Amino acid sequence: MTPLGYLAVRSFDHGAGEVWRVLWRSRTFDLAVRSVALAAAVTAACLVLGVLSAWLVVRSDLPGRRFAGILLVLPLAVPSYVAGFTWLALAPGLTGFWGAFLVLTLVSYPYVLLPVAAALRTADPAVEEVARSLGRTSTRTFFSVTLRQIRPAATAGGLLVALYVLSDFGAVSLMRFEAFTLGIYTSYRGTFDRTPAAILGCVLVVLAILLTIGERRARGAAGGRGEREPVRVPLGGAKIPAVTGTAVVLLLALGVPVASLARWLVAGSSAAGGNLLSTTGNTVAVAASGALLTVLFALPVGILAARHRGPLVRGMELASFAGHALPGITVGLALVFFGIRVLPELYQTTSMLAFAYAVLFLPLAVSAVRTAVAHAPPVLEDVSRSLGKGRTATRLLVTVPLAAPGILAGAALVFLTCAKELPATLLLRPTGVDTLATELWTKTEIGAYAAAAPYAAVLLVVAAIPAVVLDRFLRGVTR
Amino acid sequence: MAVGRIAVVLFVAALLTTSVVACDSAEESDALVIYSGRNKELVGGLLDRLKQATGTPVEVRYGGSGEMAAQLLEEGERTQADVFFAQDAGALGAVAGQGRLSPLPAEVLGLVPAGYRADDGRWVATSARVRVVAYDPRAVTEAELPKSLDDIVDLKWKGRLGFAPTNGSWQAFVTSVRVLKGEDFARDWLRRFAANEPKRFDNNVAILNAVNDGQLPAGLINHYYWYAKVAEAGTGAVRAKLHYVPGGDPLGLVNVAGAGVVEGTDRKDAALKAVRFLLSEEAQRHFADVTAEYPVVPAVTSAKHQLPPLTGLHGPDIDLSRLSSLQQTVALLQETGLS
Repeated sequence: MTPLGYLAVRSFDHGAGEVWRVLWRSRTFDLAVRSVALAAAVTAACLVLGVLSAWLVVRSDLPGRRFAGILLVLPLAVPSYVAGFTWLALAPGLTGFWGAFLVLTLVSYPYVLLPVAAALRTADPAVEEVARSLGRTSTRTFFSVTLRQIRPAATAGGLLVALYVLSDFGAVSLMRFEAFTLGIYTSYRGTFDRTPAAILGCVLVVLAILLTIGERRARGAAGGRGEREPVRVPLGGAKIPAVTGTAVVLLLALGVPVASLARWLVAGSSAAGGNLLSTTGNTVAVAASGALLTVLFALPVGILAARHRGPLVRGMELASFAGHALPGITVGLALVFFGIRVLPELYQTTSMLAFAYAVLFLPLAVSAVRTAVAHAPPVLEDVSRSLGKGRTATRLLVTVPLAAPGILAGAALVFLTCAKELPATLLLRPTGVDTLATELWTKTEIGAYAAAAPYAAVLLVVAAIPAVVLDRFLRGVTR
Repeated sequence: MAVGRIAVVLFVAALLTTSVVACDSAEESDALVIYSGRNKELVGGLLDRLKQATGTPVEVRYGGSGEMAAQLLEEGERTQADVFFAQDAGALGAVAGQGRLSPLPAEVLGLVPAGYRADDGRWVATSARVRVVAYDPRAVTEAELPKSLDDIVDLKWKGRLGFAPTNGSWQAFVTSVRVLKGEDFARDWLRRFAANEPKRFDNNVAILNAVNDGQLPAGLINHYYWYAKVAEAGTGAVRAKLHYVPGGDPLGLVNVAGAGVVEGTDRKDAALKAVRFLLSEEAQRHFADVTAEYPVVPAVTSAKHQLPPLTGLHGPDIDLSRLSSLQQTVALLQETGLS
């Protein structure tokens, strides 16, 4: 709630008249339309790409699908500013809507792939078998049964994509697509007047809340948990197109940034400074703190959201999703304002930075917890309660362990997202503490791409470790 | 409510955990804290040497000039910052305008010429950069070179000029046109500029490379990119030349990086020493040699780059603090389709 309070305070700095003036400028409307259009297009593309690739990895006989599963998740580790930059180096004309669309789709489709793959893995295969035994073809079974089973997971992933696109600054600024965040950044950077930026931030929050309500309507109920391995569907004649398609996605999403980095690494005459090690250590420490705190916050919200309905629960969930649509600089400045006044001893410490990450990325963890808990059979909780354990003890001793793989996956997702975050990190990190993302920014800002390349490469590796955790989760090893 | 209790316990536990995990930098409460909007790669070595000059430990926080300014304003009186070192006069003007920088003593202000300090004395320039026209001598004759804003929107430049619409220096230049010549003049000039179909580039480096490779006759950039390229490739290898626009025209805007002492600091002496260090011969030579900017202290010249003397350049007569009014500039650029 902190950033929301801050936005309200800042918005009314110059009185209500200013709020109306900024809101009713035709430009505000233009920015909103552009942002919503981009978010809708990217979300649609990610849903198609995410569902298809998840199905291929989990349910088809795609050759090398386990390896493909890991690789397909890795683009999540590529910061949008790095993806945008490497694409521009390859195709300088790729600016505007389609440039932003391409880059954002390629870095965010795993937000759909992950939950859908998990749902496919745990969905009850019996329902599909019934459909087939009644004479439906595989294709019709997919559309009538499988899609219904994965709908909650797909819409949850789609919501994360949409919120991510609304809050992204790196790709839209590099591609010079005037979205809402670009308006917010111009306002902070150019005029140092925080009021219009705060008002625009409020609009983003409203958009996020509308999206979250819409997602809840579209979600539907989670399918039952299957007790058996789902059947693999032979691809048959579709094998070659499937392999080609997967290869193309990987080439575009991973190949382009990695090739650029490799070229810079080779070109770099200046060896990476000795601080590469300490910078990596700092990154792991702040990202791990962020992931830990985020998951701790997400547990109560996610468990309640999965088990209960009601205005209070709904409100908590909505508030937790609002932060995700806000650009990092807005949340960063909100915590500067709040931190230095209320908790001065925590200001510019790793704790405050971890708190900022929690505000920004709570929905990633809430989604993971909610999905995992929804798939945990409530009957076991009832048994625990009937044995005289209290509600809190039951949650901690029964529900959380049952949902542990999903919660771990959520933590991994938050970890890699924290590791690549830039604006809030710049504002809130302890003075003198550099992370891989801040060093990358420092060096690319003066055009020293060769010097930046080792930092980008290590950032990819650091972020790839949780991707492997996510993959283990997908394969159900921990089940 | 049980869940509420869990939440509180978890929150406290998390804060404790993260505090332990934290690699918090040593809280040296007596260290001088500098918020630097200038890049660590460019000024980090110089700021490291500040310790000897001030005799106290120094901690530097690096970020973008805009972010650092916004952070300073949001922190208000509770800020730990003692010195604000910014890349651009607009950021300094914005922070000073909210009363967050304190007036500098006359002996510090007196180290630089009158145009290179805030009118109210709340910040002082530490180095200068000049807007120039980079041109390809095979495509543009010396007689053709523009002498003013009017010249450069002449039809003969149609499709032959490059600019970087999202670059801060370009935006500062348009702001100076607005401030000096008025909103209507600026709008009209931008319309004529747009009608001439200028070529868009991501940044100054891309413009200079295009000019140098013979793909673009001329472009609007800052001078130091050329010097950096010459230093890297050698004088003979750089075909592009620089044209300094004479006679106080906004086309030849001289913008500055600068520093100020944060209002209410309890380390004022050390802060003043730091600002004075940035105007010392050592620091001024660093700007001249390493970043290829103009020293603002007249006696210092570059040993490495052949910079024309600053005193010979006639930038427009403008109070650089006024470059902080960027919102109107952005609105004008959007209106004329140049954003």
